[in-house]
Amino acid sequence: MNGIEWIVPLVMTVITASTPLLFAALGELVTEKSGVLNLGVEGMMLVGAVSAFAVASSTGSGTLGIMAGAAGGALMALVFGFLTLTLLANQVATGLALTIFGVGFSALIGASFVGFAIEPLPPLNLPGLSDIPIVGPLLFGQDFLVYLSFAAVIGVAWFLKHSHSGMVLRAVGESHDSAHAIGYNVIGIRYLATMFGGAMSGLGGAYLSLSYTPMWAEGMTSGRGWIALALVVFATWRPGRLMLGAYMFGGITILQLNAQGLGMDVPSQLMSMLPYLATIVVLVLISRDQTRIRLNAPASMGQPFRPAH
Amino acid sequence: MVRLEPRQQHSQAMVYLSPVLAIIFTLLSGLVIFSLFGKNPVTALYTFFVLPISTVYGLTELLVKATPLILIGIGLSIGFRANVWNIGAEGQLTIGAIFGGGLAIWFHDSESMFLLPAMLIAGIIGGGLYAGIPALLRTRWGVNEILTSLMLTYVATLLLSFLVTGPWRDPAGYNFPESRTFPDAGMLPIIMDESRLHFGAILALLAVITGWILMARSVIGFQLKVVGLAPAAAKHVGFIHNKLIWFSLLVGGGLAGLAGVGEVAGPIGQLLPSVSPGYGFTAIIVAFLGRLHPVGVVFAGLVMALTYIGGETAQIEIGTPAAVTGLFQGILLFFLLASDVLTTYRVRFGSPVAERGGSS
Repeated sequence: MNGIEWIVPLVMTVITASTPLLFAALGELVTEKSGVLNLGVEGMMLVGAVSAFAVASSTGSGTLGIMAGAAGGALMALVFGFLTLTLLANQVATGLALTIFGVGFSALIGASFVGFAIEPLPPLNLPGLSDIPIVGPLLFGQDFLVYLSFAAVIGVAWFLKHSHSGMVLRAVGESHDSAHAIGYNVIGIRYLATMFGGAMSGLGGAYLSLSYTPMWAEGMTSGRGWIALALVVFATWRPGRLMLGAYMFGGITILQLNAQGLGMDVPSQLMSMLPYLATIVVLVLISRDQTRIRLNAPASMGQPFRPAH
Repeated sequence: MVRLEPRQQHSQAMVYLSPVLAIIFTLLSGLVIFSLFGKNPVTALYTFFVLPISTVYGLTELLVKATPLILIGIGLSIGFRANVWNIGAEGQLTIGAIFGGGLAIWFHDSESMFLLPAMLIAGIIGGGLYAGIPALLRTRWGVNEILTSLMLTYVATLLLSFLVTGPWRDPAGYNFPESRTFPDAGMLPIIMDESRLHFGAILALLAVITGWILMARSVIGFQLKVVGLAPAAAKHVGFIHNKLIWFSLLVGGGLAGLAGVGEVAGPIGQLLPSVSPGYGFTAIIVAFLGRLHPVGVVFAGLVMALTYIGGETAQIEIGTPAAVTGLFQGILLFFLLASDVLTTYRVRFGSPVAERGGSS
């Protein structure tokens, strides 16, 4: 067993760094599949993170915290939905507004929680199974949200590909006029997809403030919401590829954190640039193949819909 | 039932009325927010929006804060007209500060009258080059400029932090993460006694006038309008569109860079780990609130500058958290986007059927 056990803590940290990205990007994927482009992921994650932390530290319950995180993100998405779907406001501008608002609002709520500490979410720890060397802690030693994120990938993939509702959602995203003509409630479906996206971003934020770094700090998402948006493009709107991308970015984050430990003498700020630079590189690589993007991107994305009658 | 009905043509009145409505509704939500914080809402609003500009010094401070917002807002409104979404102005500002500030640090013994102009030009070039990256990626490979310009903002902030904690740290600065202070020859002259109002305000005014002439009189101003209003038509003239993407980003980045060097050669006087309280992001709101028009941007810049000094005053006087500023800015943009619906739609009450049968 000697020599290979170092891999356990490494993989564990990659998982924790990837999970918030996975939640947020998966939610945005569903939102975009319905034809809505919500650029407010960063703001929704922050509100999710602060709601989760505030509730968890006041009640002592991680479960309530997780629920509060999802609810906070979903409420933010509801504001976005009202502006863009009901009032037909520009989606790009509204998404930016949602992020600007979320940064300020979360800082305001969080101001009285700075410096608080909470117990991180407990790992699953199945007696016996979790004690198996290497496989045990990796498979059975994660916290609830990590398993939820795996389940969500499978659930979303199945929903989009095999369920009737998923087909309707994709139809709405491809051509809202045709979907409306067939009799589907375009606005209603987009509201649901947008709020699902918000709830998932909220969960991503909750994972940050309850598990990854169990505390609240202003702007603690540090751009993860934007990276999640890039991941959706990278994945060309497919859940499986999305998971791959999220874990790749989690790996880069950990590489950056462990660089000094590995004997690399690079200033920390330069190492911290890695995830952002990697995002740009990945976007360039994927964008060079415009046909693939055009084939997979929901055709109505970002366009407002107003029923003719 | 309330519903929206499209107008025959855009309501010009609503274009100008919508920002006013948004500001009124933001002030009303301010009453609610301050009450929730257990403050007397009227006193709090007064402290936030009136007290800071009740003195001459307060008014000059308003102009000091409005200067970078207007400079960047002018540049962004050019791009937004053509649907070029440069949201990385904060990063371009930072690079402008690094380029201009770098000259001041390099020539810290200089008494030359050329130092300051060189710094300003370096700032413009720095910001422009930095915005050139998203322009290149967008025109060459179709990479979304929203995400790239924003990612580059994080990179720029980290670069500045690296410089002031490492190679550019003040040798006599007791290890504080800050550069040496700029020489007098590298500082923008103060244009009003007993204040911090600097020459950058005049540069901002020049940018407003240039921007106005550009939008109203030049071919590129016309092209920007066409592309913004009819993106589908613009797709068929890809060559022009690419040119406009380059133009929007270079001008926007250059002005943001100028704003950055204006901050470090103006009120700050050295490089610090952070040289802006988010002016680059607030300028997005300035551009929208100013109706993407240079004159409107001036008014909008002043309004948003007030949220900054109001936030500071309220923090000192009545102890509200600093984050209230960001909250007000976000709420203002929400209300603005909501009121803008009324420029293209009118609100109708009652169901469509009932109306057809009605007397009107």
